[in-house]
Amino acid sequence: MSKMESYWLDLRQLDEMAIHKSVIHHIHPCAKLLTTVIFLTVVASFSKYEVSGLFPMFFYPMLLMILGELPLGPIMHRVLLALPFVMFIGIFNPLLDQIPFLQIGPLLISGGWISLFSIFLRFLLAVTAALILVATTGIDGIGMALLQLKVPRVFVVQLLFMYRYLYVLLEELIRTIRAHSLRSFQGEGIKIGVWGSLLGQLLLRTIDRAQRIYGAMLCRGFDGEIRLIGRKKLVGIDIVYFLGWSIFFIVVRLVNIPQWLGTLLIGGY
Amino acid sequence: MSHHIIEINDLEYTYPDKTQALSGLSFKILHGESVAIVGANGAGKSTLLSHLIGILVPTKGTVRIGDYPLTKQTLPQIRRSVGMVFQNPDDQLFMPTVFEDVAFGPLNLGLPLQEVESRVMSALERVGAAHLRERPPYKLSSGQKRSVAIASVLSMLPDILVMDEPTSGLDPQARRQLIMLLTSFTHTKIIATHDLDLVLDVCERTIVLHNGLILADRPTMQIFSDTALLTQAHLEKPLGMQGCPICTPRS
Repeated sequence: MSKMESYWLDLRQLDEMAIHKSVIHHIHPCAKLLTTVIFLTVVASFSKYEVSGLFPMFFYPMLLMILGELPLGPIMHRVLLALPFVMFIGIFNPLLDQIPFLQIGPLLISGGWISLFSIFLRFLLAVTAALILVATTGIDGIGMALLQLKVPRVFVVQLLFMYRYLYVLLEELIRTIRAHSLRSFQGEGIKIGVWGSLLGQLLLRTIDRAQRIYGAMLCRGFDGEIRLIGRKKLVGIDIVYFLGWSIFFIVVRLVNIPQWLGTLLIGGY
Repeated sequence: MSHHIIEINDLEYTYPDKTQALSGLSFKILHGESVAIVGANGAGKSTLLSHLIGILVPTKGTVRIGDYPLTKQTLPQIRRSVGMVFQNPDDQLFMPTVFEDVAFGPLNLGLPLQEVESRVMSALERVGAAHLRERPPYKLSSGQKRSVAIASVLSMLPDILVMDEPTSGLDPQARRQLIMLLTSFTHTKIIATHDLDLVLDVCERTIVLHNGLILADRPTMQIFSDTALLTQAHLEKPLGMQGCPICTPRS
């Protein structure tokens, strides 16, 4: 199986997780979406050199993965895919910021290394939380939540279509690359000259296919408005979920729990 | 008055690249009729079907479905009464689960949720796919996909069923099941296909297209008995009418 095909299956796997039924899957999409937004805001709001204060935030993705019965492997696999992009953001921090920050025995750690580690933790938290949201809610659930939160319909429809188009694009790309590899015997990958026509073909084919899909949608009465099946009203458990997590995040943001526990243990009080 | 009549009058269609696909077709289809559209590749079958559902707009001529002429204003009514099953079920199934996919049409009709659910389940039961309701469509076999695609149209309770190559890509048993399913429908059916044995089993009337024109429009048995006509239209007798290949080997 080519690498591309395995990516495609990976993408599908996230949708399959969303069909699964668990305690977390049953929470209203609006509650989950808003909780994720607050989580991301709190994670982003920590100071540049914060490390220990971020650790309690891991409780959120960990608990959700356990209660949502999500497999660790596939989620971590996707997190790793995004890792290089994030590391580029902080890669020069150790060089630019060489002010000594921490000394462990003879080892002197500069502020740059601490901020790089902090970026890494934040990335881990943010990407995992976003993946958990998609894996427990599904893109349609998120779309429905956005509509209920009064996000303009045109944006939501764009988002849902973009997600579907991604599949169409990947499926066509797999077919094109397979056809190419069956008739290219050098095994050197796709030459730069071939990429031009290959991508052009890909664009035309996906537009064609997208048009057929759109035609099929029109035939079934699609009029620009997405109507999704799902619970419309928030119930008690959804509000408890949202408020409970929000309070937890704010407490973690205001109180450095690991430091507090440490002080408690070594008898600071 | 019948609501389910289809009337095509002098229909012409030229694609934007100047290819003339249909050059003056006229026919009528009555309520409850089962009509096959056959012809060589590029004869204009799919283009004709696209006109029945308003995906394409005639360059010249008129299309009338029931009481409505096909115009931009009447499209919602027409799409409510004509259910189209596409050639490739992958183009038709795009929601994350079978249930949501079959519910897509009824939801767009603005039906209450309870009615949507009962329609979806009865459509899925009708095609024998109720057990697939929670499955993602892309994981189904070709036969199952086809059944679900048909259910997604049946759930809108159309009066007319339009199908493009319904048996393509099916294994013999799935094909047989589909034929049995189609014969059990009382809808007005229009089927564009190369599967002439399917035509023999399901359709009492056949329209032969050739280069965008109607070459013949007669009862199916008459068409399939006319060897000269079949040859001219790049067709041949259905296998079921060709006799035993061992007793009478072909020259």
